[in-house]
Amino acid sequence: MAGKDGYTLDTLALHAGQVPDPQYGARATPIYLSTSFVFKDSDQAAALFNMERAGHVYSRISNPTVSVLEERVAALEGGVGAIATASGQAAMHLAVATLMGAGSHIVASGALYGGSHNLLDYTLRRFGIETTFVPTRDVDAWRAAIRPNTRLLFGETLGNPGLDVLDIPRISALAHEHGLPLLVDSTFTSPYLLKPFEHGADLVFHSATKFLCGHGTAVGGVLVDSGNFDWEASGKFPTLTEPYDGFHGMDFAEESTVAAFLLRARREGLRDFGACMSPMNAFQILQGVETLPLRMARHVENARKLVDFLAAHEAVGSVAYPGLESHPDHALAQKLLPKGCGSVFSFSVKGGRPAGKKFIETLKLFSHLANVGDAKSLVIHPASTTHFRMSDEALLAAGIGAGTIRLSVGLEDADDLIEDLSRGLAAAVKAAA
Amino acid sequence: MELIVRDTKIYAYTGGKTFDPQKPALVFLHGAANDHTVWGLQSRYFANHGYSVLAVDLPGHGRSGGEPLASIGALADWVADLLNAAGVEKAVLAGHSMGSLAALEAAARHPSRIVKIALLGSAVPMAVSDQLLAAAKDKPEKAYRMINQWSNALGLGGNTVPGAWQPGASLALMRRAKPGSLFIDLSNCNDYQTGLEAAAQVQCPALLVIAKRDLMTPPRAAGDLAKALKDVRKAEIDGAGHAMMAEQPDRVLDALRAFLL
Ligand SMILES: Cc1ncc(COP(=O)(O)O)c(C=O)c1O
Repeated sequence: MAGKDGYTLDTLALHAGQVPDPQYGARATPIYLSTSFVFKDSDQAAALFNMERAGHVYSRISNPTVSVLEERVAALEGGVGAIATASGQAAMHLAVATLMGAGSHIVASGALYGGSHNLLDYTLRRFGIETTFVPTRDVDAWRAAIRPNTRLLFGETLGNPGLDVLDIPRISALAHEHGLPLLVDSTFTSPYLLKPFEHGADLVFHSATKFLCGHGTAVGGVLVDSGNFDWEASGKFPTLTEPYDGFHGMDFAEESTVAAFLLRARREGLRDFGACMSPMNAFQILQGVETLPLRMARHVENARKLVDFLAAHEAVGSVAYPGLESHPDHALAQKLLPKGCGSVFSFSVKGGRPAGKKFIETLKLFSHLANVGDAKSLVIHPASTTHFRMSDEALLAAGIGAGTIRLSVGLEDADDLIEDLSRGLAAAVKAAA
Repeated sequence: MELIVRDTKIYAYTGGKTFDPQKPALVFLHGAANDHTVWGLQSRYFANHGYSVLAVDLPGHGRSGGEPLASIGALADWVADLLNAAGVEKAVLAGHSMGSLAALEAAARHPSRIVKIALLGSAVPMAVSDQLLAAAKDKPEKAYRMINQWSNALGLGGNTVPGAWQPGASLALMRRAKPGSLFIDLSNCNDYQTGLEAAAQVQCPALLVIAKRDLMTPPRAAGDLAKALKDVRKAEIDGAGHAMMAEQPDRVLDALRAFLL
């Protein structure tokens, strides 16, 4: 269907949320580096503060450049709106802090980005929010972990480090049976590969630092609401269904049937925790989003070539990529991720830590650093970097082998990348000998 | 707040203020497959500027109980009972789309109760295409998308509510509607044949708020209505389609302020 609601991702990625600036006709999104916005008169000022009129007041709460990014990502995901945050971590914290307080409980997939794991397992515990981690594929374990005080189910579309595919249709159905929402970290897939709301997820966040920005230039996060979860019917979310003394006694679900969550997150979470996105970063990330469909297509195409090369190489132990038949989630991936399983994956080099170390040191095109989702190819060897204090046994328990290497495949010529990997593997074989 | 109207629980949003029957009452009536939240900003404004506001969820919609009422006449009489339940003698009515027809008919049937009517996105007759009616009956998701398509006139940008993706919000709200309610609501609009007679009987002042790019109830479709009403003024909203309260909340508010304050 033509028209705004029916535009495809390629078009929305370029246009959603922005029309040429009415004053000068600027086609690119102007960067409104202004902390605050002048009131027309005192009646308008009062009306803005009391949510009787729409507009921007102060850039911690909202900003015109940042709003374009928020609308654009909401459009790409098929949501009702979004909030951009200082980082992916801030987006996740905002989601949790908006939904619950001390005494609450989360059930999360055990296969998570280390930072999310830290937040849940250490930091939020200190604030009285507990998390039970369950094996991503074990629906019974998810079910068994739900308690009366559970308020959220959480997982990543593709979970680190083995790329566990989150069964969003089944886990969201389980969540809904219990009157709970499912929050999904969609960083590794982006809306190009998977739109979690179409499969039943209620809330999505991105580390926009990664594929949305796409060039390794800006840190940011985006939290999107599908508008589909019925907070009132669930009855478990007083932050959304009871008057909030901290903001005009507002009952957010009465105020907005479909955007209660975002209202509270903005009016409380952004206001009080203050982890807002800078307009400068929003601009950088918008630039990235414009080419998201083009880049993601190339990312997965390159990734697939490298996966096939590695899987056939004698110095490689195993490759964890759901696009391969050997992956335990292959069938699920074909259903949820028909366009590809992203471009971040791990494989193991035979010969343990020394081989892994040598492999990385030999690479020329792949940059050795702690990030993913850059236009440039990246690599890391957890056993000698992020996890170097851990014994081999402890590493294995975390699903990481001594020879595990994680790649984030960029946009370079695939043959050049394969040549680089070839050289690295040859050096690794020598080091292990 | 909750009211009991004809033994059924009815929800009315009061704009964040306690409802005071002593102040002038302003009742907001939403359109097909919508609820009170389509009036969010405007209803809050008037609750803080001289009015007691009842932005209702019509029977069978939003948080209200009961089943959707099956004619514009039934809605008009229901409005009178709503006023009784709220303890108010007289009220201003602001209605959107189907709600505008209910306001028009209520002003004709209950002249002593209705002091002013503001009709947004209105047309008499309000013909609904066979294609849309058929979809509303059997394929509501398709119908919601058709309505969304025809109701939003803004380009892909230009929204004034920070961070809101308005077409997504409109769609999500319709998806919350009770199964079958869209068909009943649209049939109410389509079947209402006596609107011009009703308009001729209306004694009170009327405002027609016309969105210049409305494809659901195009500006010219309000022409006969404007002629039939005795005391009528018009406000045109630039840069908006049928979903004008969301697309241009401030312009709609200013049009209502000029009429009501
Ligand atoms: C899957 C995933 N989620 C969340 C984050 C955290 O995002 P940020 O670094 O933007 O705070 C990252 C960062 O590496 C990530 O890879």
